[in-house]
Amino acid sequence: MLDNKGHPNRLGVWGWLGGGKWGFERYLYTLHRLTGLGLLFYFLLHIFVTSARAFGAAAWEASMARVTGGIFVIGEFLVFCAFAFHAANGVRLVLVELGWAIGKPIEPVYPYRTSVHEQRPLALGIMVVAGLLVIAGGLDFFILH
Amino acid sequence: MRDQRLWTWHVLAGLVILLFLGLHMTIMHLDVLIGIFNPADPHPIAWTNVLARAKMGFFTVSYVVLLGAALFHGLYGFRNILFELGIGRGLKTAVNAVLLLGGLGLFVFGAWSAWAAGALARTL
Repeated sequence: MLDNKGHPNRLGVWGWLGGGKWGFERYLYTLHRLTGLGLLFYFLLHIFVTSARAFGAAAWEASMARVTGGIFVIGEFLVFCAFAFHAANGVRLVLVELGWAIGKPIEPVYPYRTSVHEQRPLALGIMVVAGLLVIAGGLDFFILH
Repeated sequence: MRDQRLWTWHVLAGLVILLFLGLHMTIMHLDVLIGIFNPADPHPIAWTNVLARAKMGFFTVSYVVLLGAALFHGLYGFRNILFELGIGRGLKTAVNAVLLLGGLGLFVFGAWSAWAAGALARTL
């Protein structure tokens, strides 16, 4: 699966963005990767920052003081948005991979329909869910606090 | 076959993360709208709340499970992205070794800090 025998990945990372004219799901794929990498980077830092709780109240307060307020609020909200998108799109990917949202095989009769036609409502619905989570997070981060 | 097995674990780890990171995000970032597991103070990262959660065995266990699942899911996904770029066999071996050892090291450190915080909380 990972060797790409006979079909080397010549476009590399640029293929995520500039590989041609893609459908909606292709851009979800790109965003899934970008949010995944962002979340991984944040998570690795998070392990070290939150380990301060093992050393008591003073260490915890000092550690939190270094990453609280100002630009960190925006950064944390972006992490929340990345989580909302990555989680919702991940559920879509699992459903599609298990064959639960791609429709049944049909005769190739013109005008042709593909499984993309079956998947599209799920993709749009999942993005609505992610959007609602982002709105709820935005309310909590910036308005209700 | 090995990659299929790892991919299945990647998907299963994603579902575990969905559950526990969903709970973590709800506690930390939907604290006004939903407001759960912050018994001592309105702010989720206040030391009193951190202490209260650390005293609950559920949170120590869930942090360690989330740590393992997230490290595997994230580092395996990162490995797949690197491998798709068509890197050579030697570099693949090096990437595997670095991610495996780095992931194990981070897991041991993160699990220790979750356990130590729980132990500290129970003495206070």
